[in-house]
Amino acid sequence: MTQRQTEGPPPRRPVGPEGGALSHQRRSGPVWRTPRPVRALLVAVVGAASLASLVWTSATGFVEPYVALCFCLVIAVGELVRITLPGHREVAPIASAGAVGYAFLLNLGEGPSDHSPWQVVAVVACGVAVGELPHIAVGRAPRVEDVARRVLSAGLLAIGFRPIAEQLGLSGPSVTASLLMFTLVLTVWAVDALLAAVLRAERLRTRLRVAAGDEMRAQFASGMAIGSSGVLIALSCTVTGLAGLLVFSAPLLVAQVAFRRHAEVRRTYLETVRALSRVTEVGGYVENGHSRRVSHLSHLVACELGLAEADLLELEYAALMHDIGQLSLREPIAGGATVLASPREQRRIAELGAGIIRETGVLDSVAETVRRQCEPVTGDGDEGVPPLGSRIIKVANAFDDLVGENGDAERREAVLDRLRMDAGTEYDLQVVEALATVLGRGRPYGA
Amino acid sequence: MRALPGGARVYVGIIVVSAVTILLIGPYTGIDLQTLIVVALLFVVAESISTSVGSGGKAGMSPSSAVSLAAVVLVGPVGAALVGFASCFAVRRLAPVKRAFNGAQFALAAFAAGHVYLLCGGVVGELGREDFPAVVLPYVAAVLAHSAVNSLLVGVLFWTLGQVRPRGRGRFNWRPLVAVELSSMGYQMLGLAIAAVWGGVGIVAPLLVLLPLFIARWAFAQQVDEARAHEATLATLCQAVETKDYYTRGHCMRVAEGAAMIARELGMSAERVQKIRYAGMLHDIGKLGVPTKVLQKTGKLTDEEYAAIKLHPTRGYEIVREIGFLDEALAGIRHHHERLDGRGYPMGLVGMEIPESARIISVADVFDCLTSTRSYRKAWSVEDAIVELRACAGTQFDPRMVEALVRAVEREGWETPDIAEPPGGCYGSAAAEAASLEDEAAAVPDPGTEVSEPAAVSAEERAVPAPAEGAAPTTALSTGTATGGRDR
Repeated sequence: MTQRQTEGPPPRRPVGPEGGALSHQRRSGPVWRTPRPVRALLVAVVGAASLASLVWTSATGFVEPYVALCFCLVIAVGELVRITLPGHREVAPIASAGAVGYAFLLNLGEGPSDHSPWQVVAVVACGVAVGELPHIAVGRAPRVEDVARRVLSAGLLAIGFRPIAEQLGLSGPSVTASLLMFTLVLTVWAVDALLAAVLRAERLRTRLRVAAGDEMRAQFASGMAIGSSGVLIALSCTVTGLAGLLVFSAPLLVAQVAFRRHAEVRRTYLETVRALSRVTEVGGYVENGHSRRVSHLSHLVACELGLAEADLLELEYAALMHDIGQLSLREPIAGGATVLASPREQRRIAELGAGIIRETGVLDSVAETVRRQCEPVTGDGDEGVPPLGSRIIKVANAFDDLVGENGDAERREAVLDRLRMDAGTEYDLQVVEALATVLGRGRPYGA
Repeated sequence: MRALPGGARVYVGIIVVSAVTILLIGPYTGIDLQTLIVVALLFVVAESISTSVGSGGKAGMSPSSAVSLAAVVLVGPVGAALVGFASCFAVRRLAPVKRAFNGAQFALAAFAAGHVYLLCGGVVGELGREDFPAVVLPYVAAVLAHSAVNSLLVGVLFWTLGQVRPRGRGRFNWRPLVAVELSSMGYQMLGLAIAAVWGGVGIVAPLLVLLPLFIARWAFAQQVDEARAHEATLATLCQAVETKDYYTRGHCMRVAEGAAMIARELGMSAERVQKIRYAGMLHDIGKLGVPTKVLQKTGKLTDEEYAAIKLHPTRGYEIVREIGFLDEALAGIRHHHERLDGRGYPMGLVGMEIPESARIISVADVFDCLTSTRSYRKAWSVEDAIVELRACAGTQFDPRMVEALVRAVEREGWETPDIAEPPGGCYGSAAAEAASLEDEAAAVPDPGTEVSEPAAVSAEERAVPAPAEGAAPTTALSTGTATGGRDR
């Protein structure tokens, strides 16, 4: 029972189900046959546009090169200190605010600034590239699509703002100018969130509408902080000169620190639950890697069914801890596979697990998901149909218990057929079909 | 506020009266009434928002003080005092006395800041392009004055309330205070931004400045909530693991507390203390790999069983090493059974080769083992346990950690577990009741006899096959080994 675990550490898997989902996709075949065409298209278009802008601006000459250089440096520094928000979202608030500021810059005291939108794109692209170089040098390559989105947003703002400002003759802080800026910031924020949603849906293979909601929620706070700081920089630079660029990045710095710490705690929380979910394995209660495989599989199935991000997180916690009730058993059940235990035993383990999770006082809905994980899809007693999370975990758990650690394709097919036979009475038909779709993608499951 | 002491009452009265006097006297000439009203309204709104968004005082001063400082520039000292006093009217749940004091405190601080600003040559009114590099210095002086007056007023209030107690041996933990002061000064610098763009965009200016700040505050609050959830989850899972052995219930939380006490006593940063606390909580997680019957066995352990127990630090390390933030504390989990003389496990490290965190956890662990009841012996009193730890310092424990624990326990006390009768009843029920009901000092009458008490020695004989050198210090030392081998 305990000897099994002594054979060395298990191979380290990429962190997070999203990271996992990503890293398994090995590129097969030529470059243009990428599994994520939208991402490739976005990166190519933004890259080409940046290059063209740079060449064009160099050829026609930079307007106010000193100012351009200052903004470029701020953007580079901001890019250097970029942060990763929960859900693998890379943002660089200071770089983005600098870019917004440069796109909206009206006047620096010595007369109106009349740089073209193309110059904005060129400056932002240069800054971003310079800021990313150190990251790439130490092997922390950025997510190119996020970088591309940052450059694109700045470009859209500049293209939207500069011609209108010229027509209206805006030259300093005024209510019209700030209204125009706010409107543009909101519009571009929405466009950017939508683009992010398309990318997310493509990456996780989830539904676009769900992804759009997730992105809007996740990027609202950071987007508003970036937008208002950018507007502030642009407006105050007319009064204070370039010093304002530095001084007024300060509130954003505070915001960035807050975001970073929030993201860190989030990550730590997940890491902790993920690590501690292994106690059931070390204790010999379940097979090695069972919790993680169930969690991974549940995540894929849930994406297929279009669960929102918050629900995905709860599902992941529930899946990781679904067997924790076994800790209260005096000795492990035979083979560790709950699917083979008697329904009464299963229910008891689920109740015990839910009891432990409810003790935390913060994970009540996770506890509920765990409690009802073994109920048949038709419901049990008068509580009605169990929550979707519980139904997903039930299917994923049964599948993993029956296939085992090293099941081959044939065995997986056989198990899937067996689950299909019980679909409608024991298992949720929709969930089983989603599982079949996920497995049908041909990616080695659980590898 | 019913129990407000007389001194504090007088003090609050003085502060409020002086603030009101300033407001009544102060010349209101040359103040733009419209600006004054708008700024005051803003301040009230900002204060109300910040209390509803904030996380209960811990994040320091609210960002709204930026508005107060902007008022210094826009409407001068008297105007700023009025704006500050307006904070009494913020929408929040607060006793009237506190409201009055807060308002008066803001008014006085802003008034002082305003005069400092004027003294250093600052200009009152909307700032123009030509003011710019020159106005920064007086503004910084005003910010400093504002912070100083604020801290002074609050400090004296706490002193009159008797809440400031001198910490042991003149050591003062100034780091959190400095962090709070710096961040609030960072916020206040933004008052200048508000004043700078006020002329052009008016009321939009504070919106621009305050929006990111409130978002930051919201994120901080979220982070605090999430951290609390994390802590609760971690603690619950650790306790779930402990249910395997009835006697070790609560052990992980007490070791976490003990390790944190030692780390604090050694003057470590709050962040490191937290990591060591978590490591203390998780130090025995690998015990799950040890069969229940070995853990709960009351008789002599065989070599294989002892070997199974010896594996648990490594197991624990394997479980938690993916929790990235623990970094150095991971070593604490892996090596908490090492001994200074090199006879510990799993690697037999000697002296200072053992990571600091491991030396801390080791002391806290044994201390809790000794002071709690086990299946094979009664709990020791805190005094006896300290005597035992001191006897083993230098051979098993780092003396520095032992002394730190002793100092911390003397100052803060130590909560011993009260073990009710175990369900299985492997320990005498009368003795268990005695241990739970009586004071721990009364339970074990004589420290001198305790060390060589038959129960303790027999435990040692059961667990440790090898070292038996006979001399008195060795007895104490191998008792430590015994508890180590059995309990942890």
